[in-house]
Amino acid sequence: MLSFILRRLLIAIPTILLISVFVFTLQKLLPGDPILAMAGEERDPATIEFLREKYRLNDPIPVQYVTWVGNALTGDLGISLRTNQPVLELIGQKLPVTIQLATMAMIFALVIGIPAGILSAIRKGTLTDYVANVVALSGLSIPNFWLGIMLILLVSVKWQLLPASGYVPFGEDPLRSIQVMLMPAFVLGTALAATLMRHTRSAMLSVLTSDYVRTARAKGLSERRVILRHAFRNALTPIVTLSALLFGELIAGAVLTEQIFTVPGFGKLIVDAVFTRDYAVVQGIVLVTAVGFIIMNLLADVAYVLLNPRLRGQ
Amino acid sequence: MPQAATPTTIDAESANDPVLDRKPENRVWKKFRGHRSAMLGGILVTFFVAMALLAPVLPIPDPAATDWAAVRQAPSSTHLLGTDEIGRDVLSRMVWGAQASLLAGVVSVVIAVLMGVPLGIAAGYFGGWTDAVISRCTEALLAAPFLILAIALAAFLGPSLTNAMIAIGISATPLFVRLTRGQVLSVAAEDYVDSARVIGLPTRKILARYILPNILPPVLVQATLTIATAIIAEASLSFLGLGQQPPAPSWGSMLNTAKNFLNQAPWMALWPGVAIFLVVLGFNLLGDGLRDALDPREQ
Amino acid sequence: MTLSRLPLAAALLGATALGAQAQDLRIGLASDADVLDPDQSRTFVGRIVYASLCDKLVDITPELEIVPQLATDWSFNDDNTALTLTLREGVTFHDGTPFDAEAVARNIERSQTLEESRRKSELSSIENVEVLGDHQIRLDLGQPDVTVLAQLADRAGMMISPDAADEAGADFGSNPVCSGPFSFAERVAQDRIVLEAFDDYWNADEIHLDSVTYLPIPDTTVRLANLQSGDLDIIDRLGATDLAQVQGGGGGITVEEAVSLGYQGITFNVDNGERGDNPWGNDARLRRALSLAVGRGIINDVVFNGVYRGGNQPFPPTSPWYDEDFPVPERDVEAARALLEEAGYPDGIDLEVQVPNRPENLQVMQVVQSMASEAGIRVSITSKEFASMLQDQSAGAFTGSQVGWSGRIDPDGNIHQFLTTEGGINDSGYSNEEVDRLLNEARTVSDDAERKELYDEARAILNEDLPIMYLYHQTWLTGLAEGVEGFTAYPDGMMRLEGVRLAE
Repeated sequence: MLSFILRRLLIAIPTILLISVFVFTLQKLLPGDPILAMAGEERDPATIEFLREKYRLNDPIPVQYVTWVGNALTGDLGISLRTNQPVLELIGQKLPVTIQLATMAMIFALVIGIPAGILSAIRKGTLTDYVANVVALSGLSIPNFWLGIMLILLVSVKWQLLPASGYVPFGEDPLRSIQVMLMPAFVLGTALAATLMRHTRSAMLSVLTSDYVRTARAKGLSERRVILRHAFRNALTPIVTLSALLFGELIAGAVLTEQIFTVPGFGKLIVDAVFTRDYAVVQGIVLVTAVGFIIMNLLADVAYVLLNPRLRGQ
Repeated sequence: MPQAATPTTIDAESANDPVLDRKPENRVWKKFRGHRSAMLGGILVTFFVAMALLAPVLPIPDPAATDWAAVRQAPSSTHLLGTDEIGRDVLSRMVWGAQASLLAGVVSVVIAVLMGVPLGIAAGYFGGWTDAVISRCTEALLAAPFLILAIALAAFLGPSLTNAMIAIGISATPLFVRLTRGQVLSVAAEDYVDSARVIGLPTRKILARYILPNILPPVLVQATLTIATAIIAEASLSFLGLGQQPPAPSWGSMLNTAKNFLNQAPWMALWPGVAIFLVVLGFNLLGDGLRDALDPREQ
Repeated sequence: MTLSRLPLAAALLGATALGAQAQDLRIGLASDADVLDPDQSRTFVGRIVYASLCDKLVDITPELEIVPQLATDWSFNDDNTALTLTLREGVTFHDGTPFDAEAVARNIERSQTLEESRRKSELSSIENVEVLGDHQIRLDLGQPDVTVLAQLADRAGMMISPDAADEAGADFGSNPVCSGPFSFAERVAQDRIVLEAFDDYWNADEIHLDSVTYLPIPDTTVRLANLQSGDLDIIDRLGATDLAQVQGGGGGITVEEAVSLGYQGITFNVDNGERGDNPWGNDARLRRALSLAVGRGIINDVVFNGVYRGGNQPFPPTSPWYDEDFPVPERDVEAARALLEEAGYPDGIDLEVQVPNRPENLQVMQVVQSMASEAGIRVSITSKEFASMLQDQSAGAFTGSQVGWSGRIDPDGNIHQFLTTEGGINDSGYSNEEVDRLLNEARTVSDDAERKELYDEARAILNEDLPIMYLYHQTWLTGLAEGVEGFTAYPDGMMRLEGVRLAE
């Protein structure tokens, strides 16, 4: 098991390096001069030149990249052009926000998606199944940002039930923290719930037709017991694997959701950074996101092995 | 289909047999027709395609014609869906906006398929270094969040509908590389491909005759589903100001403006969202239906 | 499952009502501030935070008169080449350092020499600083310059603790130490900036709040929704189109208004690089034609519900510097057509204008586009991200550019750097010797009436040449929740919290 994880981590290194090269090159090619924006109304040429030197923007791009990688290896991801804050500190501030959002969305998706998937599978072909499918597909088809706007319009503006934006750290006031994040988590979780429901359904369907379920039924076990003990347990493997994979994708999905609800997390940070050409921040976030994504992938594989009794011995 | 004059190859037999040849297609179509939700998807997509194509001839006002005396007016008999922030007819902008959305969805997926499928075939068929390089790049691109990649690309290319399509197309390419590669690997392992290699058939012919026909169905399904994703991506980019440029309408940019008027003109935000939802739902239903119909396992 | 979740949801929803804070003021800003170092800062919202964090040598009244803050008295010498300031006694910085003439001298030195400083141009006329006593200081100017006083009413005049500044260097912004009514407590980028009341503030009697929290919330609707729900006490820049509803809608929300010092307009590339050589840059008649074709009132009514001010000068019609001889022109499509014909374009002409990709700017340009088309001017809109637009503008890669300026207290700040040949932000490439002479001379005259004459003379020329076509002036709309008392809106858009309190 340990060697398996180590091998996977080794394979991940070139992937991460490639991502950082992509992002680095891409953002250096972006039109727009961040220094000019930073200088504001101050167009003193000496100041502008100094800033360019300070942020090493005069070096050739490959040199800039090597410098960046060198610093990154020592834990220094540079400083934000906009606020002068160290990127690592910024990420440290934002990561808990997005993780909380993603966790709440995930919980929501699991609570809705899995029971709906099971129900849909055991009532395959009935109206329940049909409706559940259409609802799930609708969840996949609804644009996140529009759902967010509509919720703000109804829940915050019209009914004034929940705040339209903001963030309260969980440690400061847990109840308030959850309350503020209910809407964004719901929006982010919708598509996820739909995906989970569909996969739960197909996993359950393939398990329900398998021999051992037939055997269990033949043994005269109650239907409830057959489904929960035997069928669902076995269908769980692909669902857990998928959940881990989806958790990584949640970070990406958070981009627009955080923008709409002004949640000060990763997604908002990166979009603002792309628009203000805050190179160090963009690069830092993409790196962390990619590493997170790869780790979640790895966890998914590990979970797959652990949950699969036949593979466990190897 | 014209008769092929190469009776020695394995597929020629089935190609010569009209019954065998037509049967699978028949079955697929039948299954598809029986798939109620897929038909619903088809209807939705057809409706929006018709809307986009007929925009110039429909009896609706010019989508760019402003009327300063009728700014942000609620739906009425003159303006069925109301007017927008500078007095343009929302219905008309919805209809014309369908063009932008569908075009963006289709064109970006065509870009992704044209780039992704050849790369995937190369990776899967030739293996070795080609595979390693392509696969690592694909993984790297897949690890960078799709939308962030699209945003960065669109910012790089400059805000416009064409550039948004290119950005989405590039961002979606890795999906098709991975899919194609997987398919090629499984098809290439089949005995009949091996025998084709043994009898010395050129690579080009093997690819065209055995590999391509086998990978097309899943690619078609994936493409249909990706159109749905691409339409949402275009709307998202336009929503961030990186897509369709004014005064030309697009659903995403309509929503971008509408969010500033939620208090006074909620209808501005309602309909473009409903349209995006319906057309994306249409493509998703269609894709699901196609998958079920083309999947030989599910009967 | 659903049932057991209900009480939780109810508890969550109910918690909203408990959120009443005693004397912590929560302010919603339209964007996030940049570095919190007055010498390095460049954003408008940053200045709003400074209004509570960092005192300046002088301040302004809502009528734009300069009044004492850290300096209690000042005078120019006869030829306006030296400014002597008397400083307030008994002032300390947040770290306990006493405020004196030495501190002022070190502040000015930092603004002028810190390599990252963005204040160099603003203080360029100061050649020497003489400490005359503990609380008296003289600024020697290289040439007569009356505008320097107004600079001291903004970031260049903000006093930071010199020791703290020396220690932190360019990182000062991560923990700013000033002498304002509130001291820095905490900042979470894009989330909040928290300031706490400074007990030893010289004017502490006027400060009734315990702390202030600034929250950046870019979306206008969301900002307003937060004000309505009571999550915020004050919001920056209420949407113009929301005003009528807010005022008529009850809920106790009040709105304070002040016409801004700044402007929005279209800058033409008259002679900035190769692209300055185009019909629009070469023939002022075309620019005048566009100006005639565009009804300022229509823009204001359609886009801003009539809440802003139409404009045609760098100063709003409410400003004492506005030239009444050139009122905002009436829309005249016929005259615009006639001018086009005279210029040799009877069949109309194309114009490409770059616009920042923000809904409000795009909306304004679409209205301009539609009005211009009636006169035969076919405007095409190229929307760009702000960062790339700025670069193109400075490099001369544009024909027309829809930009604005947040405005400065002294009239010079709205015109000199944009329209003099050597001006630092003269992206238009405009150059007119007579205008240069008038605007330079206006810097040397301390009598306001005399100065205005010089600006009026320049206006007469600029009105013909139109390198910048002014369109409108924003009105600062500050939304106040029920119970917020004592707030006054200022034309500079800053939120001064002296006298502001939350009613129990």
